[in-house]
Amino acid sequence: MPTPEATIDSAQIGRIISSHTDLEGPLLPILHALQDAFGFVPSQAHAPIAEALNITRAELHGVISFYHDFQTAPQGRHVLKICRAEACQSVGGKALAEKTLAKLGLDWHGTTPNGAVTIEPVYCLGLCACAPAVMIGDKVIGRVDDTRMDSIISEAGA
Amino acid sequence: MKITVPMDSAAKAVGADEVVEALLAVAKDKGIEIDITRTGTRGMIWLEPLVEVEIDGVRHGFGPATPADAAAILDGSSDKALGPVEALDWMKRQTRLTFARVGIIDPLSLDDYQAHGGLAGLKRALSLTGQEITDEVKASGLRGRGGAGFPTGIKWQTVHDADAPQKYIVCNADEGDSGTFADRMIMEGDPFTLIEGMAIAGLGVGATKGYVYLRSEYPDAINVMRKAVDIARKAGVLGADVLGAGRAFDMEIRMGAGAYVCGEETSLLNSLEGKRGVVRAKPPLPALEGFLGRPTVVNNVISLATVPVIFEKGAQHYADFGLGRSRGTVTLQIAGNVARGGLFETAFGIGLDEVVNDLGGGTLSGRPVKAVQIGGPLGSYLPVSKFDAKLGYEELDSQGGLLGHAGLVVFDDTTDMLGMARFAMEFCAVESCGKCTPCRIGAVRGVETIDRIAQGDMEALPLLADLCETMKDGSLCALGGFTPLPVMSAVTHFPDAFSQTKEAAE
Repeated sequence: MPTPEATIDSAQIGRIISSHTDLEGPLLPILHALQDAFGFVPSQAHAPIAEALNITRAELHGVISFYHDFQTAPQGRHVLKICRAEACQSVGGKALAEKTLAKLGLDWHGTTPNGAVTIEPVYCLGLCACAPAVMIGDKVIGRVDDTRMDSIISEAGA
Repeated sequence: MKITVPMDSAAKAVGADEVVEALLAVAKDKGIEIDITRTGTRGMIWLEPLVEVEIDGVRHGFGPATPADAAAILDGSSDKALGPVEALDWMKRQTRLTFARVGIIDPLSLDDYQAHGGLAGLKRALSLTGQEITDEVKASGLRGRGGAGFPTGIKWQTVHDADAPQKYIVCNADEGDSGTFADRMIMEGDPFTLIEGMAIAGLGVGATKGYVYLRSEYPDAINVMRKAVDIARKAGVLGADVLGAGRAFDMEIRMGAGAYVCGEETSLLNSLEGKRGVVRAKPPLPALEGFLGRPTVVNNVISLATVPVIFEKGAQHYADFGLGRSRGTVTLQIAGNVARGGLFETAFGIGLDEVVNDLGGGTLSGRPVKAVQIGGPLGSYLPVSKFDAKLGYEELDSQGGLLGHAGLVVFDDTTDMLGMARFAMEFCAVESCGKCTPCRIGAVRGVETIDRIAQGDMEALPLLADLCETMKDGSLCALGGFTPLPVMSAVTHFPDAFSQTKEAAE
């Protein structure tokens, strides 16, 4: 569940960072933990991370912006990832994705006006023998057709 | 009644959890005592969810099961009955060395694992020296299953011979290729074999620490692997004193962050270190200067998960399977528009036609097959005229194909091959790490050039070929270097898709 930016708890940020500093290469685990906690990587965390890991804020920004997973602002309540890769394309994945985006009036990475659903592209979920595949939160769904997609997005409140 | 239902994410994606709920509800209703174990998947994905019921000690399959089938499965009257699972043609025709236990055991039961040969390899390795372990892997003929096919034992030898206070084993579980799921299946279905393989690698080269870099798109695999590592550590398989033999090896699971390029080993190492996943120049080889600048074995999941069976049954037993220089078994993943998709493990040398038309049963749509892309998004599209190709590293290479991680994606005759070539360039543009100009910018220009061809501008075709040459010669890693393979194979084998037959778009 995303947290509004104003209510970010800096003590929690501090605890998350300090619980990872013993790791070899702690930056990605820290960013994942922050995103798990807040729904995105809050800018309030930048200075303490840079301080704790002895890296510059530019280096940190470079890492956050390199990886598709890390968000710098809250997303919708549900993130629906639709596979765009080859195996899903071979069984109509492209048309399914285009129809879904058109229905919601969104482009990739867009969020519905009511904040319920964000649509992200994903490149393979390892469900290539039961394609087309999508993932909503951590739940994977295979053999998705238009009807199934309609129920997925309506259950998510879009 | 002993029942098994897969907890593999492909089975869950098509409703395995709902089937389990229905079985429990019906059993409760009718007062039938049932004991449901969640397993990995057998790999017959078209039959998932595949419910197995033990009858007189033999597991009988029912699938693809829906919640509505629950009552009939429990009273034995289901029309989804398939008979004994081991007797199914798809199962009987396989040589399951690496996947021997997947779909059979409870993935998180160490007792189950040991009852099916687990830890025998590690126990044997504990009685050998590092050099003897490395020699055994060399003798098996095992080559990197991540795609490049580099001899695993030679890689280990380099790390073994390097002198350093700390060495590492890194498992590349960033399986980002479309059409591949063997790594995912083994991590979800038999995680201890990967742990055991990494421990043996550690003993072989003198590394005491291992990491699995697992892509974030695989939350179920991450969950299973993390639990399995905890279980193995508590049972003394991992830790300061592996199986009481006084040797140390421990490991951690690390999650990727949505970058395809992090499947390239040096970019993966940068990511593990907390940096941008930018490819490093080689040399130095990771075997000499890898994670944190120390000697590091980087192996694919299947390479490492195959190590235990090599030690359990001996190098020669493994090396006796295969064709030419491709020894052992290949874990084919049959995917896309195919009637029977899934995982099929067999000795190298099986023909492409047999895989697609016989095992796969042709397309799911029932239309003729147009092309098969082998080896992921960086592999060639092979037309039906190439279906006599044999699946081995050198054999497929001689046909202009790339075996890669042995994923096969089938396409029917409605496929727009120009669209697939365009997607290859677009994918390269999205996933480029940005280090090399031909990949970072060339791929974007490639998309535009293919759009020009689509609009009937035939002058753009030689430009595309020229661009592909530049990408091939001027890229540091396979992302930029191999993107020309799908693009140019589409141009070569399906010229009609690129000829001036379309109306200009505007």
